[in-house]
Amino acid sequence: MEKFTTLTGVAAPLMEANINTDIIIPIKRLVGTDRSTMGAYAFEPWRYRSEGVENPDFVLNQDGYRDATILIAGPNFACGSSREGAVWALDGIGIKAVIAPSFGGIFFNNCFQSGILPIVLAPDVVDDFAARAGPGAAFTIDLEALAITPPNGQPVAFEVEPFRRAALLAGLDDVGMTLKRADEIAAFQDADRVDRPWIYPA
Amino acid sequence: MTGPQTLFDKVWDAHVVADLGGGMNLIHVDRILLHDLSGLRALRMLKDQGHAVRHPELCFAAPDHTVSSDPATGGVGGFHETCVVPLAEMTAAAGIRHYAMGERGFGILHVMGPELGVTLPGATLVCGDSHTCTHGGVGAFAMGIGSSELVHAMVTQTLMQRKPKRLRVTFDGALPDWVSAKDMILHVIGREGAASGDGHAVEYAGQAIRSMSVEGRMTICNLSIEMGAKIGMVAPDDTVFAYLEGRDHAPKGAQWDAAVAHWRGLATDAGAAFDTEVDVDVADVKPQITWGTSPEHVIAVDGRVPDPDAAPDAEHAHALREAQAYAGLAPGEPIEGVGIQWVFIGSCTNSRVEDLRAAARVLDGRKVAEGVRAWAVPGSEQTKADAEAEGLDRVFKDAGFEWRLPGCSLCVGANGENVPAGERCVSTSNRNFVGRQGPGSRTHLASPAMAAAAAVTGRVTDVRKLMDGEA
Repeated sequence: MEKFTTLTGVAAPLMEANINTDIIIPIKRLVGTDRSTMGAYAFEPWRYRSEGVENPDFVLNQDGYRDATILIAGPNFACGSSREGAVWALDGIGIKAVIAPSFGGIFFNNCFQSGILPIVLAPDVVDDFAARAGPGAAFTIDLEALAITPPNGQPVAFEVEPFRRAALLAGLDDVGMTLKRADEIAAFQDADRVDRPWIYPA
Repeated sequence: MTGPQTLFDKVWDAHVVADLGGGMNLIHVDRILLHDLSGLRALRMLKDQGHAVRHPELCFAAPDHTVSSDPATGGVGGFHETCVVPLAEMTAAAGIRHYAMGERGFGILHVMGPELGVTLPGATLVCGDSHTCTHGGVGAFAMGIGSSELVHAMVTQTLMQRKPKRLRVTFDGALPDWVSAKDMILHVIGREGAASGDGHAVEYAGQAIRSMSVEGRMTICNLSIEMGAKIGMVAPDDTVFAYLEGRDHAPKGAQWDAAVAHWRGLATDAGAAFDTEVDVDVADVKPQITWGTSPEHVIAVDGRVPDPDAAPDAEHAHALREAQAYAGLAPGEPIEGVGIQWVFIGSCTNSRVEDLRAAARVLDGRKVAEGVRAWAVPGSEQTKADAEAEGLDRVFKDAGFEWRLPGCSLCVGANGENVPAGERCVSTSNRNFVGRQGPGSRTHLASPAMAAAAAVTGRVTDVRKLMDGEA
């Protein structure tokens, strides 16, 4: 997985509450397709008026936001369907971090699988960031220092689970890390087969 | 011995393989379900990464998302070659039990899992589908995950998770006639909001849950994700044990007795603490229906579309206006009487035999209104056979419904089955998102009885009025 250390880039505000993963990537773009194709369909229902015709009202179609690498979002961002294509679609348009008051729980975990950083901040801080997120205005996210510096503002601290932070900084792969614990898993299962034999079919 | 514990704490603690530090844990996964979109994708990712499935005997698969529900096709839809066939081939190669369409046992994974006894109380179960929380209806700790996490689960039989907070929703009181499990949970989502369960595992408790069937409990757990909670559970009790005993994959003989003894100890202890508590008197709940583009956009059937000017802030007002524009409804408009073109009775929320019975009670002796296309899609082959044995299929067909083949069908728009743009569908499914049932489609979520009532009048209808005197 790609490492995440610091990120400096434009942030696009998408402040509506409860933006769901059906909006981030419609299901028809997931059926029988490759993840590398999904960026073209990120936010398709909002980004296009019809096939291939951009909606000029959508923030990511506006000058100064097209190259955004950060999203600033409303509460419960990416709720709904578990589709990991939502992360792959954001990755496909170059989004590397999302800042919101809260996230859909499945999406939140999915982000770490692709080296995208979801950051939870208090609603008033997110609102302030959204107000500062002008076209072309750069934010800097420093994962080592756990601080975000908004345009014309002071650094704001944020938290990431230490385990997740370490994995992102080193670009570690979850499966690889867990496979190192194969003995612990086997020991758990040996004991569990005695406690709950019905879980393990003969 | 620790202090009093919740159902969720007990099940969580029994599955911790390792503390990873910083609040993260490695959790054992007891059951993995694979479908034809995320499951197939995960199998391919696993193969590309050069890994093997650690415990194929703990995995179960079925192609529920992309199969056709049209009886004329025999289930073969437009994605048969790209999704259905590869899932069968890859699970066979991995030694995973696969249920093919048409086979006894096949169905929507969240219907067939409990039906086959694959889902067990106190077990952890994952699937690449957010409605995996449904399985909590039998007391499982079940949640949806992404494809990468699914690979992790298949390769290691574990998942990395942060322990969620605990939320209890207590439903007390007696449920009025024609008010169902679906109405109870939609009422909670409307009152508390679509993000109210973020970061929580939900336990549903109270007298109205204890007296409810397993099917109803699954409907309630199914919508946990629509209030933001990945996990919803009901403590297993005699109702659950009677439901599971004798099912294909349920434990047998002495092992069954040992399992039941274990499961009886899982209920939340008196005095156990929850991070959040929500109390609902179900006597106050009326038949619910959604008007907008989030499950929290829900009102009682005698209610009116809300006024954005009365919203708490500009963002909320904007969201309401956008939803009303999409839905083609005006502020203050009564929802009752709004004309509809489609009715869908199905999905992992409401496609079990009890749901079909509730709809059939309304449809018996009535006809689907002119201009309405109405589908009944049983959740599994077993449900379909059970319903046909009771003659429910005749009631649906005589009323003018199409009686179709099991699958996700019109809930998800992944199989070529769509509601046309601009048309309105009263649906027993779980999401009314923009474009959910097809680009431009307008979805109104409701119970099976409410959906049946709308089918016969061609309008959003209060089933209590339609059935006045027949309760």
